[in-house]
Amino acid sequence: MEANGGYAFRVIEDPEEMRLNYPTTILPPKKFLLPPKETLIEFKSNGDGAVFSPQMDPPTVIFGVHTCDLHAIQLLDHVFKTGHADPNYLNRRSHTLIVSVECLNPCDENSFCKSMGTLTADEGYDLHLTDLGDEYAVDVGTEAGRSLLGYAQTTPASATDMQKLNAVLSEKWPRFPYRLDFDVSDLPSLLSMSMKSSLWNELGERCLACAACTNVCPTCFCFDVKDEVEMDLQHGKRVRIWDSCQLDEFATVAGGHNFRKNCALRQRHRFMRKGKYILEAHNYLGCVGCGRCARACLVDITPVGVFNELYRQKEVGGQT
Amino acid sequence: MIANNNTTLVRHAEVDNQLFMPVPARIIRIKPLTALEKVFTLELPEGLSLGHRPGQFVEVSVMGVGEAPISVSSSPSRSNGMFEVCVRNVGDVTSALHRLQPGATLGVRGPYGRGFPTEKFRGKDVLFAPGGLGLAPLRSLINQVLDERALFGRVIILYGARTPSELLFKDELEEWGKRSDVELLLTVDRGDETWNGNVGVITTLFRHVSVYPRNTVAITCGPPVMYRFVLMELIGKGISEGNIYLSLERRMKCGVGKCGHCQINNVYACQSGPVFAYSEIKGLEEAL
Repeated sequence: MEANGGYAFRVIEDPEEMRLNYPTTILPPKKFLLPPKETLIEFKSNGDGAVFSPQMDPPTVIFGVHTCDLHAIQLLDHVFKTGHADPNYLNRRSHTLIVSVECLNPCDENSFCKSMGTLTADEGYDLHLTDLGDEYAVDVGTEAGRSLLGYAQTTPASATDMQKLNAVLSEKWPRFPYRLDFDVSDLPSLLSMSMKSSLWNELGERCLACAACTNVCPTCFCFDVKDEVEMDLQHGKRVRIWDSCQLDEFATVAGGHNFRKNCALRQRHRFMRKGKYILEAHNYLGCVGCGRCARACLVDITPVGVFNELYRQKEVGGQT
Repeated sequence: MIANNNTTLVRHAEVDNQLFMPVPARIIRIKPLTALEKVFTLELPEGLSLGHRPGQFVEVSVMGVGEAPISVSSSPSRSNGMFEVCVRNVGDVTSALHRLQPGATLGVRGPYGRGFPTEKFRGKDVLFAPGGLGLAPLRSLINQVLDERALFGRVIILYGARTPSELLFKDELEEWGKRSDVELLLTVDRGDETWNGNVGVITTLFRHVSVYPRNTVAITCGPPVMYRFVLMELIGKGISEGNIYLSLERRMKCGVGKCGHCQINNVYACQSGPVFAYSEIKGLEEAL
């Protein structure tokens, strides 16, 4: 729905508020799956110990998710169920349905989904909608999606409908530009070769360390854990809140040593993570090309700009 | 994870709902070691055993203050249903820990991370090079090696602290020094009137030992600044990079590979570490 001069995922009270044709949101749908702040445990300070209290949000349908965000949610799903499965995330995810929409026009000049291979999605949704002008084509992704669809009036797609769908899908591709100057499959190797690039220092000098980029990112999942005590000093809770690798103390240990001691190293970490580290750790690219960080950055640090500059540095004679 | 039977969840049977839930542990004893460090002996409820390996850590909580990752300092071979952590008073959680008295309860999650592959050390000479608080995690392994002494070759311990009063586990140092099957060398950066031993950083001890590099594993742990120099000494002695093990300190919040604080490039230190062979991390920027 429209909000604050832009668009946001919010609780819909009136179907009229819903916008399915929108140029991205300020915050990604991640906020429903990994809220900015959530309680992990509650405790009493009298020594009776702690109790587990997952926040059981009501069953939720996230409606109108772009395919870039869909790819991001697949990464989050993978991260939180791999290794030590995260109960809070998975509890919430297990009663969240996702209805995605096929994007037919680029959001703006900052989105680069086509370069990142997220301009469409084959999976990750319960239902997927494509606007055919006077009606929607619906692809059923899961059984839960099928039950949800039972509440709507639908007709099976005819051969003509399928033709119309195919036409809409093929016509959309030329409308989206490639923004990376190279193929995304080369991104991890490009970054591997760019550990010592001078670009990181340039970014470090510009970066204000405001962490807007990580806050609006659909794939950033790092968090801090803090204890909060009630005014009665008896009850409290342990919460997790979004954290950012762009903040000074993110990698600082108790003795004061900071393993990424300046903005240059922290920017490098961020871009390495988006294009290489997360891929190596989880087999998904950490950037889905939504462009939110580029829009949020006050000093115009953009992934497209960074990746293309690194590519240019490599192209002009292996300069590092 | 400490065993529990409360894992019930409808859609994800494999999910441990108690992942972030500390187990209450009772403080049995508190022993001050120096002005800054105390050893806490902890007991888990209902006869639970921690079941750790040397090199693993636990998340210790003081409710209302927070959690901190602390290495387990006692050897599994001496568990007795209890375990020990050596805590330096340096942050919010650790200073709250230092205010607690025996009988108090704190929270424990874990053990987490990858410890030392002790079975690979069998039959080899083992060289320990802890610096400062780095002795806390290595003490777990040293005592296990000593309890299974016959399985190992030489045991060499090179330990450095800033001043004589900052040497940790002095009782045990004395004990180890008396053993004929342990070669113990100590040094301090700055001596005082009580000290008649070696003065200088830990690397000054290496010239006093010769090793058979092909049959030696070296294990080091200490402040970040120490590693580069100790590694140079170890490699200079011909010990291969795969036979040098380090335990790396990182900021950690969750301990279970999610929160992101402990990342070294694509590696989560809390999962793949904190113990690494040098060969595993030498290509990683920001590791050391």
